[in-house]
Amino acid sequence: MSEVAIVGIGMHEFGRHEGVSGMEQGAIAVRRACADAGVEWKDIQFAFGGSSAAGAPDTMVSQLGLTGLQFINVQNGCATGGSALFSAYNTIMSGAYDLGIAIGFDKHERGAFRVETKAREGRDWYGGSGMALTTQFFGMKINRYMQENNISQRSLARVAAKAMRNGSMNPMAWRRKALTEEEVLQSQMLSYPLTQYMFCSPGEGGVALILARADQAHKYTKNPIYLQSAVVRSRRFGSFEVLAPSLSLEYGEGPTVDASKAAFEQAGIGPKDIDLAQLQDTESGAEVMHMAENGFCEHGEQESMLEKGETEIGGRFPVNTDGGCLANGEPVGASGLRQVYENVLQLRGDAGPRQVPNDPKVAYTHVYGAPGISGVTILSR
Amino acid sequence: MNAQVSINESVLELTSDGPRLKGMRCKNCGNHVFPYQGGCPKCTGSDVEPVLLGTHGTLWAWTIQGFPPKAPPYLGETDPDKFKPYGVGYVELPGEVKVEARLTESDPTRLKIGMAMDLTLVPLCKDDDGNDMVTFAFSPSTKGDA
Repeated sequence: MSEVAIVGIGMHEFGRHEGVSGMEQGAIAVRRACADAGVEWKDIQFAFGGSSAAGAPDTMVSQLGLTGLQFINVQNGCATGGSALFSAYNTIMSGAYDLGIAIGFDKHERGAFRVETKAREGRDWYGGSGMALTTQFFGMKINRYMQENNISQRSLARVAAKAMRNGSMNPMAWRRKALTEEEVLQSQMLSYPLTQYMFCSPGEGGVALILARADQAHKYTKNPIYLQSAVVRSRRFGSFEVLAPSLSLEYGEGPTVDASKAAFEQAGIGPKDIDLAQLQDTESGAEVMHMAENGFCEHGEQESMLEKGETEIGGRFPVNTDGGCLANGEPVGASGLRQVYENVLQLRGDAGPRQVPNDPKVAYTHVYGAPGISGVTILSR
Repeated sequence: MNAQVSINESVLELTSDGPRLKGMRCKNCGNHVFPYQGGCPKCTGSDVEPVLLGTHGTLWAWTIQGFPPKAPPYLGETDPDKFKPYGVGYVELPGEVKVEARLTESDPTRLKIGMAMDLTLVPLCKDDDGNDMVTFAFSPSTKGDA
């Protein structure tokens, strides 16, 4: 039995919200999480907050109430939300506190992420030369992967079409209009072989999760969801990562493989025990590659799994049931927590029209991003 | 004719024999990194030296940049009406490192993993003095196998 439970969840709709700051979206998510757990802000003993582009999270106490709680900001690239959750989990595990909150929110400008880097001396040659785009990395990685593992472009379109279909059943999602595979394939080619609708967009939103000691969870909810593992890993030598001006000649596994193995070990279970998963889908190819990197299939097996619809909500192994990053967009600070929010809904049986059938009991989340970092959680009822 | 200037001499040197990339070699384990840095990610040592990297290699991964990058930081053409897609890839320099670079080829049917590539230059913009600012790129090799 895990010692930490999620007892309250709150989310601010993902998408574009004119006139609402990223931090306000975070504060709204916090109030919704408190309402869900039946607690008040003044009951929360500690907070970890993450945002990459929408301000220092701890300043939100001026909106929520100046209660003097311990509030620590985390900033960890695309694993910012996952790192906030990891920190909250360990704070309760350590015995320091009984009730805390992990918060993530963001608000990004339109278009691909703007990455400016500092050279050792002189001009920013990396971005200046027309590199330093995260989209290029994803194009290069899946392009090579498709060739090595016989994955078709049709598979990439299937992933995107599934995301939009699932997103159309999610009132919190940004993109709620289903798209056909043909529409996906015929949209503008952004970074070969990836088209516009195969990519997620930087966006806005907020998520908050309230964590409690497992032995006190029933004070707050009749449906506690237990956190069996929360792991964050950085890259090791030889891995192929985003925003790398050079790569070593050796080619090894990335941080996703490491984080996944560690999370399964911590939970004492394996990939076959997982009923559904939310996997980082920065673009369609990422979902395909991450299915194998997280241990859910062999490299190349994705082609037939997608063809047979095995990762659909009613399939053998549902993936990205809320529409993933593709339908929700990616507010970096909130994105990893959005995955956990969805898994809590699914495990409670509260996911409405997109509920995974047959009473799922164990669910998995995975984030990946710059500069080569992965975060994994495993949740159970 | 205007003078050519490197986007950044600390990573790209324009020598009389053509462009060279400035990398790092670890004196302890022999690992290479581009650009130069003060420590080795392989063996964690810090006994490293600057080196000029090789100029021929093979294509290891590639994509085509299909939309104008944002400026800043991009110094090239960002007007959507004038922008032309360009290739980006990793080129494996034998015995050294894989370097990420622009490619002179932007037609997906003409790019193949494993093809031989040579270091060259592509124009970006004019600098404040009216010189042609260039950055490094790889083009399909005219010399056969790397």
